[in-house]
Amino acid sequence: MSAFLNQFWASTIDGLTQGGIYALVALGYTLVYGVLRLINFAHSEIFMIGTFATVAFITAVGVASPLTGLALLFFLLAAGLVAALASGGAAVLLERIAYRPLRRKGATQLAALISAIGASLFLQQLFSLKYPDAVSTVRVMDKVNLASIGTGVIRADKVLVFVGAVMMMVILDRVVNGTRFGRAIRATAQSPNNATLMGVDIDKVILITFLIGGAMAGIGGMLYVVFFEVTTYFVGFVLGIKAFTAAVLGGIGNLRGALLGGLLLGLIEEYGASIFGSQWKDVIAFSVLVLVLMFRPTGLLGESLGKARA
Amino acid sequence: MNRTFTRGVGAVAAVALLSFGAAACGSDNNDSSSTASVKVGFMGDLTGPNKALGINIRNGAKLAIDQYNATNPKTKITLVEYDSQGDPKQATSLAPKAIEDGIVGLVGPAFSGETADTGAAWQEAGVPFVSASATRVSLSDNSWTTFHRVLADDGFQGPGLANFLVKGASASKIAVVDDASEYGKGLADEAANAIKSGGATVAVRQSVAAEGTTIPNYSSIINTIKGANVDAVLYGGYYAQAGPFAKQLKDGGVTAKFVSGDGSLDPAFVKGAGAAANGSYLSCTCALINAGSTGTAATFYTDYKAAFSADPGTYSPEGFDSATIFINGVKDGKVTRADLLPVVSAASFTGVSKQIAFESNGNIKGGTVLMYKVVDGKITSIGTTDEATS
Repeated sequence: MSAFLNQFWASTIDGLTQGGIYALVALGYTLVYGVLRLINFAHSEIFMIGTFATVAFITAVGVASPLTGLALLFFLLAAGLVAALASGGAAVLLERIAYRPLRRKGATQLAALISAIGASLFLQQLFSLKYPDAVSTVRVMDKVNLASIGTGVIRADKVLVFVGAVMMMVILDRVVNGTRFGRAIRATAQSPNNATLMGVDIDKVILITFLIGGAMAGIGGMLYVVFFEVTTYFVGFVLGIKAFTAAVLGGIGNLRGALLGGLLLGLIEEYGASIFGSQWKDVIAFSVLVLVLMFRPTGLLGESLGKARA
Repeated sequence: MNRTFTRGVGAVAAVALLSFGAAACGSDNNDSSSTASVKVGFMGDLTGPNKALGINIRNGAKLAIDQYNATNPKTKITLVEYDSQGDPKQATSLAPKAIEDGIVGLVGPAFSGETADTGAAWQEAGVPFVSASATRVSLSDNSWTTFHRVLADDGFQGPGLANFLVKGASASKIAVVDDASEYGKGLADEAANAIKSGGATVAVRQSVAAEGTTIPNYSSIINTIKGANVDAVLYGGYYAQAGPFAKQLKDGGVTAKFVSGDGSLDPAFVKGAGAAANGSYLSCTCALINAGSTGTAATFYTDYKAAFSADPGTYSPEGFDSATIFINGVKDGKVTRADLLPVVSAASFTGVSKQIAFESNGNIKGGTVLMYKVVDGKITSIGTTDEATS
């Protein structure tokens, strides 16, 4: 317990940082589930593709030493765009190839789920052929200490990840709740048939949903690479399950829930590890999943994408 | 009656003659130049996360075998590779295949986890196996008569590391972390016990497991280490994780010395650790052979470099010596598992890496632990763990 108290601020900062990445990836799970009632297991590989796109971008730009100031800002925006496009594009392709044919044929949810798992394995193994080892990058952002609270050190790249995640979440929330297209998404989530009757193009809505979810994962991937400076073909596996846990924790189908769930899961992992030891980190994360599903399956904020709004 | 009996004897004699003749013809039908060949296997990580170590051993063994085959012997040796990727699960599924392929001996398995999980299979099939790198202490406790290793185990390396840390580096508070593998945890446990008996404190003792090639987020263990204000961090594990861990430690503001064992002794550790590599310490019960060596080591260095266009790496000399043990047996005409086993166990010669002679439980006799430091991006020797200072 004393370790927990000693490390409290350090754990909090690290938990929010890791949680930011979980939240960005969780968005994809929650959006697709909200609209299609499908758990997109291949979303973890969409994230992985975002990380590799970022690595390729860093190599292509030829970053030799850490960037600062405006150069860094432009670089991050550009890298974010590239990763978002790569992941979003991959997600759209995924939808076209793995899910749409099944939807057309009126296949069961189970068939779509199996297709998702198959797509996930396929993408993993595809990348393992070209990149069997971990791929590391040069440092693009100096890990400068900005301030400290107690034992916690607020480092520039941690601030970037957390602020970046929250910002994307706010933007997405505005899009879904404030724009006409967002209303179309919510309508489809509520009832696809009624939405069609109202003149909503369901296929387009689903496509854009995958695009947005993928783009968010791509940005998560970019932040991951800038922070960790390494990636592998397998990176999505455990991170994907944890992000899914975060989505369920916050309320699957609920955008704000994805943010809350992500940040909360990050914190729970860190606090738990400081009390029980690092070897328990994954156990704690998955115990959270089990407990949430057992006692509050709709999550903390409940499902809301498809709920009526005034 | 008489005639039938004679005919019967004649028939039996004819059949016997024919079958003996067929057998005699069948025995050396392997290749046209009428020399037989035997298979010696290699099992280790050739394409997985820590493949540099497996490749080093395979190359060392291949060099010895190719040199032997070039002398045009009566019985050639074919090296058959079994790539386990360092994963005990994959090794377990490959072992039956190797046994069925008819290998008469095995160089390997390379890692302790795969050795622990396949040892019983080799023992049951009577395949003598000589590991060039598996150092977990408990491996020699299984009463496997077929088990041998050509380097001293972690019962030497752990205390050696502890000795260096407590005396040479004057560390009084040490964090011991492992990767939850058979090797990593074993080494960390040995070292932690020796540290405590040496009078220093193990302030932190935790594991962080790795999932395949993914680098975990070490943030929580780093925070604990920072809070404990340690003088040194000892990591039990392989280079694919050790490098990134050292890097994250440094980025997290930990200034303690980073120390690890032979699993991290590879240039890939230096690459993975980035700016954190310089000033790290790595140990091994093996000896690195480089350009400055003399005697048989120098010949080995030149030959290895010519054959593989690369410097010999960690365990290359041990791989060479392991293969030499089998080569000596085959030269002597021992070409079956049962014939090779006593010869292997009784091996006694001066190898490239060290004096080769086994205890009754398969461990090598003797054990010096050497210490290496990363200086200017290069792994340099700083003496034995008894002499080295930080």
